[in-house]
Amino acid sequence: MSFKVRQPAETLLSIRDLRVWYELRRFGFGHAGYVKAVDGVSFDLDEGETVAVVGESGCGKSSLMKTILALNVPTSGGLVFEGKNLADLKGNDLRDYRFGIGYVQQDPYGALPPFMTVRQILEEPLIISGVKDKIERLERIHKTMSEVKLHPVDDFLQKFPHMLSGGQQQRVVIARAMILDPKMIVADEPVSMLDASVRVEILKLLRALQEKHRLSVIYITHDLSTVKYFSARIFVMYAGSLVEKAETRRLLDNPLHPYTSALLAATSDPDARNADTFKEVPPGEPPSLVNPPKGCRFHPRCAKAITGLCDEKEPIDFEPEPGHFAACWLYQPE
Amino acid sequence: MIAFRNSMRDLGRYPSAVAGIVLIVVFIVVSIYAMVAVPYSEAIRLWRADEGVWYKNPISAPPAWTNLFRDQKLPESMAFDSRDESVPKTVMDIGKGLQETVITYTFDYSFDSFPKEMALYFKSAYSQKQPYVSALWITPDGREIRVMDASAGSSSTYYFSQDSKLERRLGGIKPAEGLFLPPESDSHVAQRGEYQLRLTILTFEPDSAIDAEFVLYGQVHGWAGTDHLRRDLSVALLWGMPVALAFGLLAALGTTALTMIISAVGTWFGGWLDELIQRFTEINLVLPFLPILIMVGTFYSRSIWVILGVTILLSIFSGQIKAYRAIFLQVKETPYIEAARSYGASQWRIIFRYLIPRIIPVLIPQLVTIIPTFVFLEASLAVLGLGDPVLPTWGKVIDDARVNGALFQGQYYWVLEPSVLLMLTGLAFAMLGFSLDRIFNPRLRGL
Repeated sequence: MSFKVRQPAETLLSIRDLRVWYELRRFGFGHAGYVKAVDGVSFDLDEGETVAVVGESGCGKSSLMKTILALNVPTSGGLVFEGKNLADLKGNDLRDYRFGIGYVQQDPYGALPPFMTVRQILEEPLIISGVKDKIERLERIHKTMSEVKLHPVDDFLQKFPHMLSGGQQQRVVIARAMILDPKMIVADEPVSMLDASVRVEILKLLRALQEKHRLSVIYITHDLSTVKYFSARIFVMYAGSLVEKAETRRLLDNPLHPYTSALLAATSDPDARNADTFKEVPPGEPPSLVNPPKGCRFHPRCAKAITGLCDEKEPIDFEPEPGHFAACWLYQPE
Repeated sequence: MIAFRNSMRDLGRYPSAVAGIVLIVVFIVVSIYAMVAVPYSEAIRLWRADEGVWYKNPISAPPAWTNLFRDQKLPESMAFDSRDESVPKTVMDIGKGLQETVITYTFDYSFDSFPKEMALYFKSAYSQKQPYVSALWITPDGREIRVMDASAGSSSTYYFSQDSKLERRLGGIKPAEGLFLPPESDSHVAQRGEYQLRLTILTFEPDSAIDAEFVLYGQVHGWAGTDHLRRDLSVALLWGMPVALAFGLLAALGTTALTMIISAVGTWFGGWLDELIQRFTEINLVLPFLPILIMVGTFYSRSIWVILGVTILLSIFSGQIKAYRAIFLQVKETPYIEAARSYGASQWRIIFRYLIPRIIPVLIPQLVTIIPTFVFLEASLAVLGLGDPVLPTWGKVIDDARVNGALFQGQYYWVLEPSVLLMLTGLAFAMLGFSLDRIFNPRLRGL
């Protein structure tokens, strides 16, 4: 048997200074600026590693995710997956790239074509990836469906999405993401539209699949309370860039960036003590991505902003603790 | 398949849908019957034929079933041919090469009114001397009337009404009436009973032979009547059905499918292609549809297939493109399309497997409802004189009726028969289409 001994930290996905700008047009042809949805994001993701990207709505999480899925074309910057640069991929190579990444969406009902049965839905990726043999396809569908615990499989095969519960629909979505044996899963708020009772089960399922197949997972969410079930690292995203990167425990215990602290403070837990208190939330609104504030993008809302520095120069990633990065002038080494 | 079966079951709940389906099934059965019973080439031959084929039919006769509503029954056409077994024909040698042929036509006349005309068609073979015919008319009460004394050429016709001697013998009454009037009667009603026409024919050469066909032209004919060219309208009415269905179905399918695909492609790829399709549609929307068809028909070709093609071409870029586009724009942004892209579905696969199936439920009722529109269009073109010059169609029957002043002459059947068929076609597809609309678009049910 040839067992390939993997290095514990073999980099699967490497993103360098990624920018996704959408051009704004005036009267359909004139140039009117850019929406800088993702602006200078860099990180590495190891094989089998799970990270959560956390941020408010409109901070660019989805654009980042879609770029990783090769649904968006990055404006600049590099994206290397399994040693291959996305920018160089064309035609079949691009398809192979897409086969390597599974996609779990937010709204399970919308994510499933309403006119296809579960079997057709799961067969589609197999047909596209060139599995010609009908029996083989069915076997793989069976295998994947039992992995996501849609039992008994045969009862579900002929059902249409509207006949399934929200949790079952999400399991089908996960099965579809898993059916091509991807290296990586991108999960876009996979539980935010589910009942609270089903959420944990789906998260546990994702966790189990991740461990079994040694998947890398990018878990995108705005809900910090579900992050701890799942990911090893957390990236906090604000206005198009990652402002803090750290291991989950460390970040939750000791948030460095003022925005992270505010975000954590705003997270509710069902606790009687919280009933009468209102959380401290950062004042103001997320900035426009067309004309982001000069300097640190958080400075207009930041209580600790240093006048003359934060509103002038954009902070770079500082590493006040090993493995804990924060893009904030407060942690500028002396 | 399950969804299909379910919608079929749902259809059963709407009486109008059931009625529509029954009518359509009847149309289809009739069409198949028409095509089997009268093959295409035969139908065209019959429809374009002259009196040579239709000489046995009366001119402009209403259908026979109109007798049901009359006190005085009008006669139906009858024809007897001495070549048939049923007509007794004896040939006797009377020496010197002379032969006497006796042909007896016996028929039961049970009508109150009189035939339009009667005629004898002779076919004889001789080298020098023509056969000599004398005919005797025997009425049910035993009177014998001499009808004809003349020689018959190789292909000659004797019309009773043109025999002025006979008219004088009957006291100045038209032969077709006088031969049927009872003796010394004041009423103008034909005598019912068994009539006989006996031809005694002398041939003067040993190998001379003769045959004769006796035709009694009635005032009513068949189940559909006849037109001004003695043509049996049943040919056109029967064959009009497959033509109308084929034209309607092909035009509806062609336009709907192509409109849908073009709209989907334009919406999916967007950009200049979408713009082009939209602008093209807008231009096409202001082009006058009927005048263009009339121009094509006048200057290029009136073949039904050319007209069908032009109809489809002009109808593809209709307002429907915009309606479908509105739906596609919505579907295009759905998460399942995004998912399909993420697992590498090709652009065309997305268009055909993910975009188009979404609007099929909207499309099917529309398709069914639009069929009669094209059937009517074909009929309208025929009435405008742009019908296919070869094929028998309902529209052309109406056109013939209009041109020949059918309504001024009280020949209502001529206009009504094709019109009723057209209306039934429209009704059947409309009833089915509206029910389908309710099934596929349940939100309309409450309305």
